[in-house]
Amino acid sequence: MAAIAQFFDMGGYARFVWPAWGLAVIVLGGLLIDSVVTYRKRRRELDAAEERKR
Amino acid sequence: MFRFANPNRFMNWSGKLLPWCAAATAILLIVGTYLALFVAPPDYQQGEAVRIMYVHVPAAWMASFVYGVMAASSAVALIWRHPVADIAAQQSAPLGAGFTLLCLVSGSLWGEPMWGTWWVWDARLTSVLVLFFLYLGYIALVNAFDEPTRGARAGAILALVGVVNLPIIKFSVDWWNTLHQPASVFRIGAPTIAASMLWPLLIMAVGFTLFYVTLLLVRMRSALMAAKLRALRLQEFQAA
Amino acid sequence: MSAFRLLIARDLRLAMRQGGDAAMVVAFFILTVVLFPFGVGPEPELLQRIAAGIIWVTALLAALLSLEKLFQTDYEDGSLEALSLLPLPLEFQVLAKCVAHWLVTGLPLTLVAPLLALLLHLDPAGYGALMLGMALGTPILSLLGAVGAALTLGARRGGVLLSLLVLPLYIPVLIFGVAAIEASIGGFGARPHLLILTALLVLASGLVPFAAAAALRQALE
Repeated sequence: MAAIAQFFDMGGYARFVWPAWGLAVIVLGGLLIDSVVTYRKRRRELDAAEERKR
Repeated sequence: MFRFANPNRFMNWSGKLLPWCAAATAILLIVGTYLALFVAPPDYQQGEAVRIMYVHVPAAWMASFVYGVMAASSAVALIWRHPVADIAAQQSAPLGAGFTLLCLVSGSLWGEPMWGTWWVWDARLTSVLVLFFLYLGYIALVNAFDEPTRGARAGAILALVGVVNLPIIKFSVDWWNTLHQPASVFRIGAPTIAASMLWPLLIMAVGFTLFYVTLLLVRMRSALMAAKLRALRLQEFQAA
Repeated sequence: MSAFRLLIARDLRLAMRQGGDAAMVVAFFILTVVLFPFGVGPEPELLQRIAAGIIWVTALLAALLSLEKLFQTDYEDGSLEALSLLPLPLEFQVLAKCVAHWLVTGLPLTLVAPLLALLLHLDPAGYGALMLGMALGTPILSLLGAVGAALTLGARRGGVLLSLLVLPLYIPVLIFGVAAIEASIGGFGARPHLLILTALLVLASGLVPFAAAAALRQALE
């Protein structure tokens, strides 16, 4: 338990290290979600349009 | 060279490559994160704060690398009028801007404990800030036209103008910095770095690069599908 | 060459007819500089310290003002299309436009700069570097601005977008313009900075016409 607390404390630098890593997760995750959501949407729209054409 | 860049061929090979890229990205980022947070030793000067480096430095590398990709694709797009190159440049921009933002904020979070301040007008930080504005300008310009091709053309020219200007801006900012900076400033990212820190850093850097490649492929596929969709709708409209 | 001169004369005539572009730019320049003492206080030492920076930053902003119209009126009334059919290459026409733009903005700015330096208590040793730096730097502002103006033709929110595109590119001019003044006040001589500004001017006059002409061509397509 103490080891975990010590890990999260980051030698007293917790309030700098975790926001930096947190932001990395938010930025990279945000880009990932945006890309995948757009991709799925385009795929659906395109499939529907090709269906109509047939 | 362009055999792989025909839109249909691109859809074909990118679809096959994508799962491998995504898997490699996930593995590298997970391993890199594990090594960076648990295995890498604390720095003897900076303590655990050095763990910010493992996101900051790869983000900084990606910020300039992505701009380079953007400029190269823009050159191809302008010279050979290749639509896939246009799309590569356009879809790189938001990714590059994201990496640049991450670099700036993580640098600021690293600066506060090390320099005692959130922001230093250090030459490198300032250049990255300018780079961020170049990305924003590019994105704004590409989206400012009703016709997508106009935006793409204008964006390609802007990316090339930016890549000519970047060294000049970098040089002038360095010059300005030597005039104004008091000599003793703690410098982030010492030139000599222990192997125990270098490996996690390199793995994170490769992970970030593959992350970019993966998302770029996904976004380019979306953009090509959107173009196809526009063409189909136009056909429907003309038929009706 | 005569076609080149004719184009400059045409642009100058248009600028005169549209009524005092130059006067507006100079008025903006003076008014904005005058705002600073209200913002930071009237202490001569403080103003003297930041005078060079204020004058140069304000000059950058003032140079932006009239850029939006550089190609816009010609674009909208179709004369740009007619001009593009002239035997004189578009690249030279861009250069002519830049010269005309500089004559109605950069030159007046350079001429009133010493007056503003006086108001801000700039060290007398800095006047020469201020004038020379402005004379070399403001043409670069017109040139880089021409690329931005050509790229944003027909764009939504063109004016704001233009500032976003062009201001980052202005940073080197600002840095060396101010450094020249501070070096000559500090007694080091402004020569290296002025030489760099000259190099930037040569580089910009060589490269900008191609970029701006390419941008104009794609706008005309």
